Amino acid sequence: MGIVSRGFGGRRRSSRPDLPPGQYLVEDFPVLSAGPTPRIDLGSWEFRVVTEDGSKRSWDWAAFRAMPSEDITVDLHCVTKWSKLGTRWTGVSLDAILGDIETAAEFALVGSYGGYTTNLPLEDLRSGQAWIAYAYDGGDLEPEHGGPARLLVPHLYLWKSAKWVNGIQLLDHDEPGFWETAGYHNYGDPWREQRYWGD
Amino acid sequence: MARAAVLGRLSWRVGTVIELRDETPTARTIVLDVPGWPGHAAGQHVDLRLTAPDGYSTERSYSIASAPDGDRLELTVEPIPDGEVSPYLAGVLASGDQLELRGPVGGWFVWRPGTADPVFLVAGGSGLVPLMAMIRARELTGDESPFRLVYSVRDPASILYADELRRRARDDRGLDVTCAYTRMAPPGSPRPAGRIDASLLIAAGWPPDRRPAVFVCGPTGFVEAAANLLVDIGHDPRRVKTERFGSTGGSP
Repeated sequence: MGIVSRGFGGRRRSSRPDLPPGQYLVEDFPVLSAGPTPRIDLGSWEFRVVTEDGSKRSWDWAAFRAMPSEDITVDLHCVTKWSKLGTRWTGVSLDAILGDIETAAEFALVGSYGGYTTNLPLEDLRSGQAWIAYAYDGGDLEPEHGGPARLLVPHLYLWKSAKWVNGIQLLDHDEPGFWETAGYHNYGDPWREQRYWGD
Repeated sequence: MARAAVLGRLSWRVGTVIELRDETPTARTIVLDVPGWPGHAAGQHVDLRLTAPDGYSTERSYSIASAPDGDRLELTVEPIPDGEVSPYLAGVLASGDQLELRGPVGGWFVWRPGTADPVFLVAGGSGLVPLMAMIRARELTGDESPFRLVYSVRDPASILYADELRRRARDDRGLDVTCAYTRMAPPGSPRPAGRIDASLLIAAGWPPDRRPAVFVCGPTGFVEAAANLLVDIGHDPRRVKTERFGSTGGSP
């Protein structure tokens, strides 16, 4: 236990098993982005997967939306300490997107409109753990929350769930992304409180 | 270089409150002595951890208001009504109290001296705090990058660092300060009260072709609107860095 803060009572007493260490609950949906919200025209929207040998697979919006989608309800944990539980999304599983792509890659570097990147082990995108989400709470995904489509990897801190996603590079080596080169943890497991380098 | 300030593990440190300063009727600055503080860049923040007597603890992030200055660190806290931590920091915390903190955190929303690019700061309310660290660092290091600040604030009484800003706008060569009032403008103000708009950002900022480094900080709605306006008037989105005070739900 740390130093007791004189006169601090705190408020949230009930220990919640679904709240990772150091997180507090919010009911609204905060927005955190490093720059302006990019303007994305669905007519030119494209999502592409490029493998370690350079072969490419891409989807335009119609092809992407024609893929089977799933409704998912997940908890979100942001490295800035807020968590939002039971959020409802619709999206395409990365299992479907990666399904018939031949690769021996172990790492993924996810890219977005606007230039954002984030990295994670490829296995964290598989096995029903990650989606490209295009709807939130029954409606279109708002631009400030990453619309038209964002990555959703709820088992990692939310900066891994890249907004405005437009592609994934499959790599045989790990390549740290935007926040990962700016002091944030390379993996970002909220249950192990991996916020920053060295955590 | 963005990596230098955050290399290695960010360990928890104990800071002692050595001074408290009221900035407005509600906001206050906490001056901490943090032995072994590794230094920071203007724009970075710290994580604070508060612990109740029964062991319950909670963490929040706060922007650093001060320029790098040895073991001394200043934070400015605007209490959020019904918040769990900010009313404590802005009201209960007393001189001599200890606080656990770690940092500095964040390697993106930072300004470092020596680039010579014009700098355009756009603040909404307490979003001024990390931008003030940049203004202070500029003067402290003798950097000559020209700075322009547009500060959107409720009314004159809500201006943070009012005396210092007035003095710096007068004395710091190459710093221009424009306050824009959202609720009540002082008599004789050139602009009626209202939200910032494109004409203000054009008049009080740098033209996009000067390629300024732009920093926008404030509540989410403000940042979203300001960043959109900046892109509308021609600023390169890649030159616009934003920091949003995320939650609107009163949680901090």
